[in-house]
Amino acid sequence: MHDVALRAAGLQKRFGGLLAVSNVSIDIRAGEIHAVIGPNGAGKSTLINLLAGELLPTSGEVLLNGADITSLSPDRRARAGLGRAYQKTTLFAQFSVYENVRLAAQARSTTPLRMFGGTRCDRPYLQLVTDAIDRVGLSARSQIIADKLSHGEQRQLEIAMVLATNPRVILLDEPLAGMGPSEARGIIGLIASLKADRAVLVVEHDMDAVFELADRLTVMQDGRVIATGLPQDVRVDPGVRAAYLGADGGIA
Amino acid sequence: MSMPNLRVRLFGIACLAIAIALPFYVSTYYTQFFAKALIMGMLAMSLNLVVGHGGLVSLCHAAFFGLAGYVLALLSPRYDAASLLTTLPVAILCSGTAALLIGALVLRTRGVYFIMVTLAFGEMLFFFFHDTKFAGGSDGISINIRPEIAVAGRQLLDLDKTMTFYFVVLGFLVGVIALLTMVVRSPFGRALAAARDNERRARSLGFPIFRLRLTAFTLSGALAGLAGYLAAAQFGFVAPQMLGWHQSATILVMVLIGGLRSVTGPLVGALVLIGMEEVLKAHLDNWKLVEGLIIIGIVILLPNGVRQIWSMVFGASPQRAAEIKPAAAEARHA
Repeated sequence: MHDVALRAAGLQKRFGGLLAVSNVSIDIRAGEIHAVIGPNGAGKSTLINLLAGELLPTSGEVLLNGADITSLSPDRRARAGLGRAYQKTTLFAQFSVYENVRLAAQARSTTPLRMFGGTRCDRPYLQLVTDAIDRVGLSARSQIIADKLSHGEQRQLEIAMVLATNPRVILLDEPLAGMGPSEARGIIGLIASLKADRAVLVVEHDMDAVFELADRLTVMQDGRVIATGLPQDVRVDPGVRAAYLGADGGIA
Repeated sequence: MSMPNLRVRLFGIACLAIAIALPFYVSTYYTQFFAKALIMGMLAMSLNLVVGHGGLVSLCHAAFFGLAGYVLALLSPRYDAASLLTTLPVAILCSGTAALLIGALVLRTRGVYFIMVTLAFGEMLFFFFHDTKFAGGSDGISINIRPEIAVAGRQLLDLDKTMTFYFVVLGFLVGVIALLTMVVRSPFGRALAAARDNERRARSLGFPIFRLRLTAFTLSGALAGLAGYLAAAQFGFVAPQMLGWHQSATILVMVLIGGLRSVTGPLVGALVLIGMEEVLKAHLDNWKLVEGLIIIGIVILLPNGVRQIWSMVFGASPQRAAEIKPAAAEARHA
């Protein structure tokens, strides 16, 4: 059995009268890809924002490797080993690919805010930068300004930035959004390789990709978890078929 | 070293050579004039650390400038010279501390709220000096004798000599340029620029945004204090106007004229603005009107500041060109 890297227990988030996330408990294990699916408005993005710390829960708790991080700010969580990529591409648009990834690595280095000396001094983290860029296949494009990359390349860069922070847990919010099938193939392969020594949570709409990638699946509806477990079990769960996949349940 | 980089260095060395030679060729009046312009340039460069590199438009920068001037005025004995070596660090420390305290409060706000709250704090300090009897009230306070640079009673430099004072200012200016260049290129400076471009992403990578910006704000305020000390020493007089929002806005105009993306751009902006005022004042009655029109023209035609002329004439390095284009697009959208 794998260790639980990130655990949410009884997580609740209320926006005024709307209960966006209601009593959600989820365990993300190291070495596994855990997919969260559900119709629009099911609370998936709210859940990811609660886990990453951009929203604070109304109640419930979040544990990272057993330590309570419920009230930590996003930057403190990042330094504790939690990396995230956004649904809408979120980069330093005016900086080069290399600089984007270098900043990510710098954030996790031992002296992230050093005021003396340049950024090119022989630092151990510079190796992490080139490795991350190689890993996502952007080596030939490392001097290009992020704004000038294609949509697919920007998604690759997002993942390179997450890798460069060397996280133990990775949160990916719709990594395949807006991608063509061929571009998506590359990213799917990349995501599959991420779980080697990490825990990965992915929110995704592309069902083929989800069933290809996920070791474990959680289905949400109206802010609640309606099923969780192995993909083959969830696929035949009658509640899921009725609520999310449609009564005739035609999934691949 | 690439060719454009070499050209930039040669240009910098040429500018320094001109600045050194200048007082030997112009009258005392113009030596004083350029010392004043360089002090304002130093002030504008210090503001640009926050505005250009940090992306935070502050309207209380003059408060840190004026505060240091008041510190010198209050520390100066009536009939004797204050020691620069002790009063300057105190003045810088006071301005830096004020920036740290004000920054700790205002940096909790964003965007237009940040501008308004900095304005409020700046005006608070202005009215503190304006409306209380402390330090001369609205009349200001004189510094009868310039501070001296002396060790064990022996004077090293005579700041009463216009040329000596000019060279002291030039020396500090070179030091400030070196310091700011180092900070902007350091990991700290890169993180500051990253937080400007995308705060949410910078935070999710693990950068402590508040601490980052507060450090920049404090450093910027301390350097404004250095400029304020020198300005007070030059004029021999401080008044509440030195801290007011009008002064803050003027520095901001210098930054905009010079360009936001470089260390020395605001220095160029200060020289252009002050030089332009000097020329227009001498020839026109309605000079403020003409000045306004020229500033509007510069901002519309050169959205990256007058430094843009450099890249138009010499061609930009690929990296700079890439930085300039998005900045221009950004300015047009704004």
